[in-house]
Amino acid sequence: MSDLTHTPAVSLSDRIMGALSRVTPGRIIVTLLLLLGAWLMVFPFLWMLSSSLKPTSEVFDSDFTLWPKTFAGWQNYYDVLVTQPYLRYLTNSMIVCVGILVVQLATAVPAAYALAKLKFRGSTILLGTVIACLTVPINVTSIPIYLGLVKAGLLDTYLSMMFPFLVSVFAIFLFRQFFRAYPDSIIQAARVDGFTEIEIVLRLILPAAVPAAAAFSVFSFVSHWNDLYWPLIVVQSQEKMTATLSMMQYRSTFDINYGRTFAAATVVTVPMLLVFLFARRAFVRGITMSGVKG
Amino acid sequence: MARLTLTDIKKSFGETQVLKGISLDVQDGEFLSLVGASGCGKSTLLRIISGLEAADSGRIEIDGVAVDQATPKARNVALVFQDYALYPHMSVAQNMAMPLVMGRLPMRARLPGAKWLTPGHAQTRRDIAAKVQQVAEQLRIAHLLDRRPAALSGGQRQRVALGRALVRDPSLFLMDEPLSNLDAKLRVEVRREIVELHRKSGLTFVYVTHDQVEAMTMSDRVALLQEGHLLQVGPPGTLYGDPASVDVARFIGSPEINLLPVRAAGQGLQLAGQVLPVASGQPAGRDMMLGIRPEAMRLAGTDGAGGPAFELEVLRHGVEDLGGELVVHGALAHAPDMTLRLRVQKGPDAAVPLHLPERFTAEVPMAALLLFGADGQRVALGQGAAAPVEVPA
Repeated sequence: MSDLTHTPAVSLSDRIMGALSRVTPGRIIVTLLLLLGAWLMVFPFLWMLSSSLKPTSEVFDSDFTLWPKTFAGWQNYYDVLVTQPYLRYLTNSMIVCVGILVVQLATAVPAAYALAKLKFRGSTILLGTVIACLTVPINVTSIPIYLGLVKAGLLDTYLSMMFPFLVSVFAIFLFRQFFRAYPDSIIQAARVDGFTEIEIVLRLILPAAVPAAAAFSVFSFVSHWNDLYWPLIVVQSQEKMTATLSMMQYRSTFDINYGRTFAAATVVTVPMLLVFLFARRAFVRGITMSGVKG
Repeated sequence: MARLTLTDIKKSFGETQVLKGISLDVQDGEFLSLVGASGCGKSTLLRIISGLEAADSGRIEIDGVAVDQATPKARNVALVFQDYALYPHMSVAQNMAMPLVMGRLPMRARLPGAKWLTPGHAQTRRDIAAKVQQVAEQLRIAHLLDRRPAALSGGQRQRVALGRALVRDPSLFLMDEPLSNLDAKLRVEVRREIVELHRKSGLTFVYVTHDQVEAMTMSDRVALLQEGHLLQVGPPGTLYGDPASVDVARFIGSPEINLLPVRAAGQGLQLAGQVLPVASGQPAGRDMMLGIRPEAMRLAGTDGAGGPAFELEVLRHGVEDLGGELVVHGALAHAPDMTLRLRVQKGPDAAVPLHLPERFTAEVPMAALLLFGADGQRVALGQGAAAPVEVPA
């Protein structure tokens, strides 16, 4: 379209007519479908925002309004941000996410390099095992891991919160696919030049893997930030509570303060939303990479 | 400076045996080309010499020291790759410095940021930078030192790859088809530069190529590989003029050598009804192959070197005009299934007719004949011409 806007000869009305002429029934239908899809995606967030401004009594009011009839926003957000150690929760989330990510990268990159570029006995079987592990959900392994952590007396520690995620099979697979495209001759040139295998990984492979690493980092960070399941199992004290988990503490057996819960949900979502906005490109690239290069 | 000795090198990939016992001696300061069609094992052999690949059996010695177990670094060989294999995220200077950084600095001084943490190696770093600068000037790439490989042309990348190989003063300089990614004109230029480099450095070069022109023009000796066997090793002129077997004769020379089936007959060789006055010294009735280089033949009536010759009647099929010379495709007049190629000079003195007739006579000097037995091995020709030429009516 840029050539259109740069042509002064085309008048405004012509351009409007041109735009209108491209409106066809097919396009209208497609646009409506996309709008519907977008609404389905966005509505829960709007609902969350709206509910976070309401008192509990109004959240489930059958007479739904986007803007609250009784504005309880100040109270809800004050409770979330000030009356509880919200910064502590954020820090905990941060520690856990960064810790997981660092160990994941440190283990996945060398493993993926070995699987992609080194010839050794059993490498095919190992790769098969890695792929098979992709199919095992955390729910299957969580009970034995939990029992192990109990025996080791590690419950309610940062380590226990990170433990099941320290080695990411998905990361190994993603990086392996990415490394396979790295030219063999460069690796051989490096061996002739006297690089050790570790230095090949650190000096050659890693700089080339920055896009893949960025994409994976966003993936990993977002998913562990949003994780509710595992912290719920291993965290017992308020000191170790993650931001996501902190939403749950407005729930008691008798009563749930939904307004505050939604305010907490909003506050927890915002950092990740910002991450996504800034790292959107890496995120999209990560998705296409894992899909296309298979 | 080093002498390389290979003894009975064997290598298989799965079921396929790629190298079937290669023994080869490369002298100190020699330029040896490994030449052969693709898939003949020449690149594998080079990689075994470099240490990137291990041979299944056999011995590799550099200056009399066995290096079979040594890493590429310990062998101190330099390898130039077909696709140059430059480190894409490093500048030209960093690329060229890498072999020295890896060789001279200890591990901890090579870590990122170690430049400031290990001041003790400042002198080494300065030496490396100076060496890089010196080699870059020698290769006329000093103005490119800050660029990334992606910002270089093919020829420049080639020079950087050569530079990276040169900085370390290798004992052996190995090259794997380094010119095949360059365009034809540049190839000739870089070819000359590599020869010059060899002359100046005095290093031992092992050069892998599938291009016989490169092998012929650059090397002191050529080693011809075919299907994992070493067919012949010798100076380019020997492989061309004195091939050990029909396979060598076929590979070296362009257009390909003419091979005509002949049979020993008394005093001569019988070629499809015609008896050539060539004394083979072989028992009558034995089947053989007569090799005639396309460029050894000339058109009857044109000037050429003297000496005994015989004539062949040729039917013209097609003519390729290369400007200075003609490549004529044809067949024997009395045996149309025996095709022939001729390459004749078109110079002003040569008096080649502008329009070659449909049927013409080619002169074959006796001195240019190569005779091969049925097994493909070279057969020495008997001395002198015997019977007069008998041309069938």
